[in-house]
Amino acid sequence: MSLLSIQDLHARVGDKEILKGINLEVAPGEVHAIMGPNGSGKSTLAGVLAGRETYVVTQGRVRFDGKDLLASNAEDRAKAGVFLAFQYPVEIPGVGNLHFLRTALNAQRRAKGEEELDAMDFMQLAKDKAKLVELDSTFMGRSVNEGFSGGEKKRNEVFQMAVLQPKLALLDETDSGLDIDALRIVAGGVNALRAPDRAMIVITHYQRLLDYIVPDHVHVMAAGRIVRSGGRELALELEEKGYSWLGGEGVGASKAKEARR
Amino acid sequence: MSSTETIQELTRKGYQAGFVTDVESDTLPPGLDEDVIRVLSRKKAEPAFMLDWRLKAYRHWLTLKEPTWQAVKYHPINYQAIRYYSAPKQKPKKDSLSQVDPEILRTYEKLGIPLEEQKRLQNVAVDAVFDSVSVATTFREKLYKAGVIFCSFSDAVREHPELIERYLGTVVPFSDNFFAALNSAVFSDGSFCYVPKGVKCPMELSTYFRINAVDTGQFERTLLVADEGASVSYLEGCTAPMRDTNQLHAAVVELVALDGASIKYSTVQNWYPGDAEGKGGIYNFVTKRGIAHQGSKISWTQVETGSAITWKYPSVILKGDDSVGEFYSVALTNHRQQADTGTKMIHIGKNTRSTIVSKGISAGRGQNTYRGQVKMLKSAANARNYTQCDSLLLGDKCGAHTLPYIEVKNPTAQVEHEASTSKIGEDQLFYCRQRGISQEDAVSMIVNGFCRQVFKELPMEFAVEAQKLLGVSLEGSVG
Repeated sequence: MSLLSIQDLHARVGDKEILKGINLEVAPGEVHAIMGPNGSGKSTLAGVLAGRETYVVTQGRVRFDGKDLLASNAEDRAKAGVFLAFQYPVEIPGVGNLHFLRTALNAQRRAKGEEELDAMDFMQLAKDKAKLVELDSTFMGRSVNEGFSGGEKKRNEVFQMAVLQPKLALLDETDSGLDIDALRIVAGGVNALRAPDRAMIVITHYQRLLDYIVPDHVHVMAAGRIVRSGGRELALELEEKGYSWLGGEGVGASKAKEARR
Repeated sequence: MSSTETIQELTRKGYQAGFVTDVESDTLPPGLDEDVIRVLSRKKAEPAFMLDWRLKAYRHWLTLKEPTWQAVKYHPINYQAIRYYSAPKQKPKKDSLSQVDPEILRTYEKLGIPLEEQKRLQNVAVDAVFDSVSVATTFREKLYKAGVIFCSFSDAVREHPELIERYLGTVVPFSDNFFAALNSAVFSDGSFCYVPKGVKCPMELSTYFRINAVDTGQFERTLLVADEGASVSYLEGCTAPMRDTNQLHAAVVELVALDGASIKYSTVQNWYPGDAEGKGGIYNFVTKRGIAHQGSKISWTQVETGSAITWKYPSVILKGDDSVGEFYSVALTNHRQQADTGTKMIHIGKNTRSTIVSKGISAGRGQNTYRGQVKMLKSAANARNYTQCDSLLLGDKCGAHTLPYIEVKNPTAQVEHEASTSKIGEDQLFYCRQRGISQEDAVSMIVNGFCRQVFKELPMEFAVEAQKLLGVSLEGSVG
């Protein structure tokens, strides 16, 4: 049974169609990697799934956890368990990192009918989860992403994910701008969060990340479609040949069905 | 749902202090001439020097023209249509709260300012000004024991005329400007505070201003004197009922910090801003200034969310060597509100320091202007100023303007000015919402973050109040 089921998804920004028929099935516990050249629509896919309003869905269906995902807004999707680790996490000056996260967590808990965490309990939880990505306490007292280095921002994303415990995590180029040490830390955090009831979609331009986060499935996007799907070895093939060999692939060559269950 | 819609929805929450209290008032008919001033002065049983001063101010006012340089637009004010005195009818002297009209006590309760003994804010003394007069001052006795005089201006005129005569008009002379002259002529009440030498005021002092009566102008006057080495923290709050005509509020605040004294003056201004179309609301035309003697410090913090028009520049004259002036401001304009606000820091003494942090938030069709003057006189050796002016825009129909005036006559003085304008971003909102935070909460969180530098200057319980107020005032803000 799929946790996420995408069928023939089309989306545009302004007049420009960016997603041109995406099909993808993701089961709980699976990690899918989506690779592809710049402009192929990877980040758009993540944005559409998370409910970013600049993207307009023109066709297709997305079911998540048995429900129509596209019918709900961004905050309700978050409450239902969709988490996006942003490629470019934004800064929110003056808003404390922990205050922000506690507000988010409690909004999600309220939505589930759970009791809100008080400051003390939350602090304990945050401390535990911060260890996953080796964040120290000075970092937690700062404003959301303000003055963070690229690596700190990405670690903060994974830290938030660890606290919020989503059912589906979309990691949008989480490796971009990271040096090898930071990459190892971030990947370590992500791996620690792999769980039988949690699926992940890892979007990356480079296969390097997949040395650390080993996916169950790899998909290659080009020009708004998934043009190849396979196992771990597909990523290695891409590493070797680059994206140019995909150049001539059209709709007919889509192997998206392979990804289906 | 787009941010526009959310903000519009938020708007509907509306102004929550807009009710009218039904009390019998002793009111003068509209209009202003010397006789009105005489009646007013007599009603308040003022000594002769006060009446003289008022009349001088009035005669000077007649020679002045309403200023037009400020970046705000409004219909001409008919000064003959305003009532210059309205007082709730009650026994002449209120030695205890039992003599205050229960309707008035309920009004303050509704506004979250309980005046009754057992419910009072811990360690905050309150002077409540209802329309033109002070109706209650709490903790007077306790303060008196510490040597602190805290009472209504009218009481001070009667009980401490020597202090009034000595300090009144020394910081803001009646000739200062059009509205200050008008205020000097007709001011009806306000608060007075004197903290004697070396005394640290044992509690926060606070004045709560409420305009209730219709067509009434509120012209209060506050005078605060901290004698050598004394220190005091003072707060004022303001609200008014929702009415569809504009009401004028032209106040004057004078602060005197003698050598080594320290005054912290905080304002949370929430006068009725008018409706979404700009109908009604208070014209808040206020002159606030402090004079800082040697080694003293004056700090203004203001949170301006109300009023149809705000026109005020809380300023510090840094007269004494080593004196310090601070101005922390949050000004929010939503719908059709207009604010032209800022400060003046006049450096006269050596080694004087001033800090200006201004946060302007514009939403709806609001217009927000920061106007600030930093002046370093020839005598101000080694003076320093740091100014930071940030504007946040919500939506694309509002405006933010920054007008700094800098004048430096001493080569050793240093002035720093930083300014920024940003728009509340879809990216920021989406980031919050993707974590499960609703759009309204996200807007309010981002705006509060923007203002944090200023809020942290407010006394604790008022910082919380200010944050809530900002949320309510943001109604319909991203337009």
